[in-house]
Amino acid sequence: MKLLSATGLSKAFGENRAVDCVDFNVKQSEFLALIGSNGAGKTTLVNLVSGLVQPDSGQIIFDERDVTRWSPYRRIKVGIARSFQIVNLFDRLSCADNVALSIFSRQGKTEALGALAASDHAVWDETHDVLRGFDLEGQAQVPAGAISHGERKLLDVAVAYALRPKLLLLDEPTSGVSTREKAPIMDIVSSMVRSGGITVVIIEHDMDIVFRYSERIVVMHQGSVLAEGTPGEIRQNDTVTSTLLGTSHAVGAPAASSEHAGR
Amino acid sequence: MSQAVRFLPIRRVWWPVAWVVPTSALLLAAPYLFDPFQTLTLTYGLIAAIGALGFNLLLGYTGLLSFGHSAFFGTGTYAVAFLVKYLKIASMELLLAGSVLASAIVSVLFGYVCVRYTRIFFGILTLALSQVLWSLAFKFFWVTGGTDGLRVPTPSLLGSAPTNDKIEFLAHHYYYYVLAVFAVCVLIMWVVVHSPFGKALQAIRDNETRAEFIGIRVRRYRLIAFVISGIFTGLAGALWGPLNGLASPDILEWPFSGEIIFMTVLGGFTTFVGPIVGAVAFTYLKTYAVGFTVYWHLLLGTVLLVLVLALPTGITGTIQHAVVRLRRSS
Amino acid sequence: MIHALNALLYSSVLFLIAGGLSLIYGVMRIVNLAHGNLYALGAFVTAWAIGRAVEAGAPNAVLFALLPVGAIAAAAVGAVIERTLLRPFYKRAEEYQLLMTFGLMMILEDLIRLVWGPNPLSATAVYSAFGSVAIGDDRYPGYNLLIITVGFFAAVFLRAFIYRTRFGVLLRATSQDKRMASALGVNVNRVYLQAFTLGCFMAGMGGAIVVPAQSAVLGMGLDALVLAFIVVVIGGLGSLEGALAGSLIVGVVREAGVTWFPEIELAVLYLIAALVLLARPAGLFVRASR
Repeated sequence: MKLLSATGLSKAFGENRAVDCVDFNVKQSEFLALIGSNGAGKTTLVNLVSGLVQPDSGQIIFDERDVTRWSPYRRIKVGIARSFQIVNLFDRLSCADNVALSIFSRQGKTEALGALAASDHAVWDETHDVLRGFDLEGQAQVPAGAISHGERKLLDVAVAYALRPKLLLLDEPTSGVSTREKAPIMDIVSSMVRSGGITVVIIEHDMDIVFRYSERIVVMHQGSVLAEGTPGEIRQNDTVTSTLLGTSHAVGAPAASSEHAGR
Repeated sequence: MSQAVRFLPIRRVWWPVAWVVPTSALLLAAPYLFDPFQTLTLTYGLIAAIGALGFNLLLGYTGLLSFGHSAFFGTGTYAVAFLVKYLKIASMELLLAGSVLASAIVSVLFGYVCVRYTRIFFGILTLALSQVLWSLAFKFFWVTGGTDGLRVPTPSLLGSAPTNDKIEFLAHHYYYYVLAVFAVCVLIMWVVVHSPFGKALQAIRDNETRAEFIGIRVRRYRLIAFVISGIFTGLAGALWGPLNGLASPDILEWPFSGEIIFMTVLGGFTTFVGPIVGAVAFTYLKTYAVGFTVYWHLLLGTVLLVLVLALPTGITGTIQHAVVRLRRSS
Repeated sequence: MIHALNALLYSSVLFLIAGGLSLIYGVMRIVNLAHGNLYALGAFVTAWAIGRAVEAGAPNAVLFALLPVGAIAAAAVGAVIERTLLRPFYKRAEEYQLLMTFGLMMILEDLIRLVWGPNPLSATAVYSAFGSVAIGDDRYPGYNLLIITVGFFAAVFLRAFIYRTRFGVLLRATSQDKRMASALGVNVNRVYLQAFTLGCFMAGMGGAIVVPAQSAVLGMGLDALVLAFIVVVIGGLGSLEGALAGSLIVGVVREAGVTWFPEIELAVLYLIAALVLLARPAGLFVRASR
């Protein structure tokens, strides 16, 4: 069952055709990785789906609705949420506030001027559940600007998660994080989304993560889709490996990676 | 400065009980403790505090620095003056209602244009629009009294007409009236900034893109904040009119917006009570300094510079940081 | 024809002010709210210098040579401001920069009042020295033509300066990518100082050149600031071509407004600015990279 179906999407910035007539589908409940070299158009594609930019042409159908021209606000209301490549948080507010805001917003309570935020226990209970799930409960009262980079990346995902979306778009959720921290972060993210039944599209450059966590991979190159398939298929795909890595060796066979040794 | 202190979010100062009670007692007893002149100064201070409270909803909580708040203050004052002169209204309650309505209309109009922009464009638009209002006060001098302004006589408070001893009436009855309105305004603003809406405003301040992407309609919320802010400042202007006795164009001019900004920065725009403290402190400072020098704006500008360079979080912010530091080291 | 000249006249002065503002913003991403006051300073200094010279009985040539004095003064003040007051704020939130330049605006306004008093200063001696020129059937003040010429040369010179000189390259590089420029060995602090000084020089020049035609009055600083903003709103902040186009548009509209609807001239300008802002928030000419 297709949750998201984008056809013929194109977006150009001046002469740069960032996304060039792309067809892109996401199945319900799958964990899809979007990979490609820099400038391949991955972030632009996510921007088009989430509503940050409008396509020049093409159509986006989400959950049987045509959301192509919808504002980000409406898309969020029907269940599309995203995180950002460069961490985007409310730095002066506490981690709990960051997550709680998503919940307040989701429940339409942010228009309430006359009620005290602190007295809505249901929201704060849910906030703490989410923070606990993302292993951030200890930082609940700490301002988001004061926690470590890895924790910020997790909080970024948690804030999007707290919107209880149907589709979660994660733009490089482990970028800038030390290699040691990447797998724990991804473990948390993937278990949270699985238990929440959320469909995930993740942009990633770290191939180990891509092959370890995703069920399906879409490879982009210079604005078009180069290949798609399961991790196994992509690994064997010579076009992919030569375009991305400049070699024709199979990529990401688990035994070959020393980083996973001892895990 | 450690990370956590640098990112200190807007929080109530954590020793509320210790100072709220004595301060309230002081405010309640003021006319009996001080001479009429002091009480009048305090009245001006409370009025300024209402205005600054409104202004800081935009600056401290929403991240919008307005250079044109004199427009709302002046609207409030002139609304009272017009209602008295042209509709012969003498009841303070009706005058307040009228000025709230007038400020709401002006802030919706100005806000609609201004909140589409941020930062400098927002600032300049607010400045330009307030100057337009100022120049209108001159242009339509047959309505507004031009440079001479319009007289604002003392209205009746809650039905009781002013007594013959005007000073006594102002320093006593009017003071308590203002104090009551002030208390109500503080309460309302406190609830607003601690509501989910208030949190959403802070989110917009910290990261407008992220706010948009958790489903907050940024422009709409900014407009609401702008209108609330305008109404509060307009209310202050309305209360100021009868006290000052005169509505004149200089309260619409940009240096007056500068005073509102100054008192907020002085008190500290990162705390809830900062604007109140700053407004009262500023009112006293001005009362004594204006006697000193005619180059009042030079002094103001210089102190503003010093504040921004050395004490950017103002009086309350600096105290708050100091308290946190003390707690940390003990 | 006279109307066209008047429009050009207004545009020339506006270009000097708005161009300076845009230049500073383009390079440093700073908006100096006190920019208008530097224009006022230029006017007052020049008027005062010429006034002194007239009292001393100096010949017209000397009076003429004294015109740029205001611009130099504005540039000097600008250099001091950048070095001492602006530099601490580059790394801080924009609100603080705005607050600081707002404080400067208040200081400069009162400072001018302190030094020169509340009355207008004029330099009409220079104005009359240029006599008038016959244009068609009318006579047109020669001095106004000088203003237009200065404006024209300023535009030409700036264009050449920015696009053909080494310093111009440094300016453009720093404005596009400060870190990269610094990594390549550009002394960013010095470029900032020079850009700011140049911008202030332009504003001061605007004041200096206009003062023989209109006296220097208190409050001219704020009027100039708001008008300069209208220009950069229309033309796009940070673009010199935009400042030029914006100045021309505003000059023409104002001339039309003054001729046909004198009372609402300022309102028409604000209206146009508001309309432009509603339609094209970034201005008409801003470059895509911004």
